[in-house]
Amino acid sequence: MSERFIDNYTINFGPQHPAAHGVLRLVLEMDGEIVERADPHIGLLHRGTEKLIEHKTFLQSVPYFDRLDYSCPINQEHAFALAVESLLDCEVPKRAQYIRVLFSEIGRIGNHLLNLSAMALDVGAMTPYFYGFDEREELMQFQERASGARLHSAYIRPGGVAIDIPDQLLKDIYTWNNRFPKFIDDFEGLLTENRIFKQRTVDVAPVTAEDALDWGFTGPMLRAAGVVWDLRKNQPYEVYNELDFDIPVGKTGDCYERYLVRVQEMRQCVRIINQCIEKIPDGPIKVDDNKIAPPKREEMKKSMEALIHHFKLYTEGYHVPAGEVYRCVEAPKGEFGVYLVTDGSNKPYRCKIRAPGFAHLQAMDYTSRGTMLADTVANLASMDIVFGEIDR
Amino acid sequence: MSLVTNSVRSWFLTELASGMSIIFKHMFHNKATLNYPYEKGAISSRFRGEHALRRYANGEERCIACKLCEAVCPALAITIEAEPRDDGSRRTTRYDIDMLKCIYCGFCQEACPVDAIVEGPNFEFAAETREELYYNKEKLLANGDRWEKEIAENLSREAAYR
Repeated sequence: MSERFIDNYTINFGPQHPAAHGVLRLVLEMDGEIVERADPHIGLLHRGTEKLIEHKTFLQSVPYFDRLDYSCPINQEHAFALAVESLLDCEVPKRAQYIRVLFSEIGRIGNHLLNLSAMALDVGAMTPYFYGFDEREELMQFQERASGARLHSAYIRPGGVAIDIPDQLLKDIYTWNNRFPKFIDDFEGLLTENRIFKQRTVDVAPVTAEDALDWGFTGPMLRAAGVVWDLRKNQPYEVYNELDFDIPVGKTGDCYERYLVRVQEMRQCVRIINQCIEKIPDGPIKVDDNKIAPPKREEMKKSMEALIHHFKLYTEGYHVPAGEVYRCVEAPKGEFGVYLVTDGSNKPYRCKIRAPGFAHLQAMDYTSRGTMLADTVANLASMDIVFGEIDR
Repeated sequence: MSLVTNSVRSWFLTELASGMSIIFKHMFHNKATLNYPYEKGAISSRFRGEHALRRYANGEERCIACKLCEAVCPALAITIEAEPRDDGSRRTTRYDIDMLKCIYCGFCQEACPVDAIVEGPNFEFAAETREELYYNKEKLLANGDRWEKEIAENLSREAAYR
């Protein structure tokens, strides 16, 4: 029998693959079970957010940010609010800052719970997924009680937050928060030492610190590779410099290390939330400037001037001085930035969104070349891909 | 870790056994699932659900056609037409919400100066056709009449915060 040569086999991983974390179409060139080339095709969830924002006032732009990374919506709004505030040059009251940090951290825990339990599911463990979502449900309820929506909250607005939170909510978050470390222990008990989980993740798709920086990694992906970089520590915004927390850092940058970093980050979030609730002061939750933040309802019903401000703000919106600014926050997935160009009108001239997932996904080819097909799933899951922010 | 402990752990599957014990303990925890149509998840007084147009206690509709909700709506889901009524008061002749466009951001109820348009506590309004979700004024007022008690309760509870 004569010798036969077989070409590389090309398969489509997604866009309808349950492990593709959304609508990722990953074209894999296979040599048997080995991945020769991974080619992510994106754009299936493109909604033109950046262009749409150019035609909306600054207030109307807020809900668009919820819909970018829909596993932690509040962190996205935060970046936009910071960008607008630095152009407006306004100081947000302390209470609002604490509420923002509180809900950013709740969002971070929610995101990591979603990601870690989905990652466990992708590599074959079903139970952590159920447990993780059980806890996530509580966090959703906290968001709902603060903003009125479980997911797309439109809560953090330029100039403060939408509405003050009741004391009972803070108490409930505090109770939940003190119970949560026990859950993390259980969660880790199921996965961290589990040999099946370790076989699927340890030494899979390792990234060195240098490569991680070259590829533009941020967040847990970068920290797992051993680079100590966290915007909450390195460029503190809001009240992060008043809070005491640590930055978990890994060594090898493989999938297992990314998992460990995220678990430890959840533990740090618990510390931050506790400090926020203990330190949160009383006071206003919006800037005391009716040219930016709408007046209180009671005032609006009584005072003519407040009513005029109310009408102005909900029709025309506020004008932001011409300028440009880049502000970023440490979103659960990494550095989420908003680059805003304004021309002095009531709408952004240009709003560029820097999504961390985009930079992580572009390294897909580099990290999965030469790995097995099954490792691609673990790799993709540990990258924490959400298509809302990648396609925008 | 020494070689001995390592191999003991490896041979006796200790981490798998402790994992299984966690799962076993969870069997005695409270059930997380809800028997949905009969049991429902808790929602707060801030919940932003189906829209409703409210009336005053004397039956007069609240909406004065100021069109703030139409102006602020980011999804352009609201359409309003207005003209003076026979008694001279300004009222809407058309108040449509395209519930398929609506993103439930709650800006309309924030903008409304007379608390006429509100997002009520109802989240069970799924329909089989698109046409059923193009709400007109009649449907919205009917919603208001149906949910008035709950909406008024929620608004009074939130009054201190708004």
